[in-house]
Amino acid sequence: MNKEILGILLTYGLTILLAIPLGKAIARWLNGERSAWNAMAPLEHLIYRLAGVNPAEEMNWKQHLKALLTINLVWFAYGFFMLIFQGSLPLNPDGNPSQSPDLAFNTVISFIVNCDLQHYSGESGLTYLTQVFVASFFQFVSAASGIAALFVLFRALRSKVTHQLGNFWVFFVQSITRILLPLAFVVAVILALSGTPASWAGKDSIATLQGDSVQVSRGPAAAMIAIKQLGTNGGGWFGANSAHPLENPNYLTNMVEAISILLVPVALVFALGFYLKKQRLSRVIYAVMTVGFVVLVSLAVSQEIAGSPVISKLGIAQGSGSMEGKEVRFGAAATGYWSIVTTATSNGSVNGMHDSTMPLSGFAQILDMMINAFYGGVGVGLLNYFVFLIIAVFISGLMVGRTPEFLGRKIEAREMKIAALVAILHPLLILAGTALSSHILVHHPGAAWAVKPGAWLNNPGYHGYSEMLYEYTSSAANNGSGFEGLADNNLFWNISCGFVLILGRYLPIIGPVAIAGILAGKKWTPESAGTLKSDSYTFGLMTFAVIVIIAALSFFPALALGPLAEYFSINK
Amino acid sequence: MKKYIAPSIRMTIAMLMLCCVIYFGLVTLIGKLAPGNGHGETLSANGRIVGYALIGQKFTADKYFWGRPSAVDYNAAGSGGSNKAGSNPDYVKMVGERIDAFLAHNPGVSRAQLPAEMVTASGSGLDPDISPASAYVQVARIARVRKQSPASIQSLIDQQTIKNAIGPDKVNVLKLNIALDKLK
Repeated sequence: MNKEILGILLTYGLTILLAIPLGKAIARWLNGERSAWNAMAPLEHLIYRLAGVNPAEEMNWKQHLKALLTINLVWFAYGFFMLIFQGSLPLNPDGNPSQSPDLAFNTVISFIVNCDLQHYSGESGLTYLTQVFVASFFQFVSAASGIAALFVLFRALRSKVTHQLGNFWVFFVQSITRILLPLAFVVAVILALSGTPASWAGKDSIATLQGDSVQVSRGPAAAMIAIKQLGTNGGGWFGANSAHPLENPNYLTNMVEAISILLVPVALVFALGFYLKKQRLSRVIYAVMTVGFVVLVSLAVSQEIAGSPVISKLGIAQGSGSMEGKEVRFGAAATGYWSIVTTATSNGSVNGMHDSTMPLSGFAQILDMMINAFYGGVGVGLLNYFVFLIIAVFISGLMVGRTPEFLGRKIEAREMKIAALVAILHPLLILAGTALSSHILVHHPGAAWAVKPGAWLNNPGYHGYSEMLYEYTSSAANNGSGFEGLADNNLFWNISCGFVLILGRYLPIIGPVAIAGILAGKKWTPESAGTLKSDSYTFGLMTFAVIVIIAALSFFPALALGPLAEYFSINK
Repeated sequence: MKKYIAPSIRMTIAMLMLCCVIYFGLVTLIGKLAPGNGHGETLSANGRIVGYALIGQKFTADKYFWGRPSAVDYNAAGSGGSNKAGSNPDYVKMVGERIDAFLAHNPGVSRAQLPAEMVTASGSGLDPDISPASAYVQVARIARVRKQSPASIQSLIDQQTIKNAIGPDKVNVLKLNIALDKLK
């Protein structure tokens, strides 16, 4: 078991060792310094020419958002069309059918919002064409959209008054050519050489050693898995995601994939500090995020290593921990670690089934997505954190009786209203959704739908309720993992989660970008003795307290009914 | 918004070329260097392909090492776990039945010797591996059925065990059974 703990420590350590230089490099390029990145410039200029955009045009925050939302709308139309006709389009060696309109709605939304909820299984629900040209494509561009939005914030926080916040197309293209594509290529090569399929051959049929005939699904999976991790997308080629031995062949690939999930979100935290020349600010933000992350990781890993009390009562050996829904090659510790990495970052890929993890691990996973700012998704994680930060600045200002200020700019009523709305939206979507589904389940279990509400749940009691809570939390946080026992591919879940996904993605991008744009246009006053030091650990503690209070007040009643009640029921 | 529609469409096409055609094309080419030429590595025995190295198989015969329970019955056309929670009474009953079945086929093995992974379903339903402990606990049964010495089977397990410096030790069940068939 000690070898397993060592594995986790090494994985996290390597992540940080890689993230710091990457963050530095991103800051250099954003500052316009020459570096190895410039090798990509000819390719980028070719893309600008093909797209007919002027990379020198400076945009204000409204123009940024308009460009972002317009291209997202184009993707929606394109993806929806592809999915509902995929059965008749080429590159479909397994003869898979087209998606129903409600499933296609859910699928396309969940991929363009960087969630990848996947109410289907990859082996039968998509074709090679849509796996590559819809799912994987959206994994690149949705991640790049998030990073582009974050770069607007970076620009806005510089110490000068401006409405010129860079060019959306440049941020978007460079996120792909300079971060996502090169890293994805390295990871895809490692995976392909480790045994992940990278060919276009369809399903294989074989007779096993014992003589049973089975089929084996395949396809060009390696390239997709690389970007699904690096872009914090999480949607896998196969139904079992990174628990599938072809998606994640051994312990080494498991480490590479786990590092890929955290790498870019953590690097962007450091990039902020290097870019603004305020490295202390980055260190404080990193410390706050890491404290939260470590608490949740410790809880999940210790629960999974300890094993299930229910299995213990049956009197069998549980030396390797809780193994239901887990793979032998990863073990309980690495699976517990991954479950927090993936929920912290809005990634949502899994290397074991969360539905079968221990109640307190489930608690940690759900809470992680409710907070959604411990590292967070590429780009958007830091935007979420920025909302908490603005609230913390405001509350601190009130406590000491000064006008709240952040990096030399006054935080006033308008910014606070936006921050408060974004902070309240997340619990509203999750709790209202869960309340609605619980109401229907209890009062109309036999409603004459394709899947009767009474048949939604895979487990009874508290855990069944947690399956619904998890689904809406995952949707609102744009995470994409699930307590997968839930029968979610039907009209109610496809549509209701689809709307939660849209609201949970775009408002938390629009809000912080708007705040950033407004702040950038305000008078900048240099720091004085009376300024609140936003890069002090005292202020970090304040931010942490704000996060805990908002999460605790809005979510603990819901968590008490689900995972906490389940914990006490099996540990009597 | 109108101003951005044409660039959006053209940008989408350009990125489809870069991220799908070029990137996937390059990875496909490099995949040719991988074991199995990127199609997935297969294993052969007695002159025929008997499976994929990374995909677990169903073994029910007493003469073979068994793998873990599978929610998809080891048919790799699909994949997935049971998604059962420990608090589910039906689940506890099912695990209890698996324990009884295992013990009935392996007389002499006590409950306390039986690793939980042998009676709990894997995450993918295709787990190719078991831990060395799960292999050892089946030695007596296989030695009896095959009329071979337990020591020779034990040493076969040791040869097939992959010991990692970090992460759990494991044995690939299909490779172990292929080697077992060759053991004379």
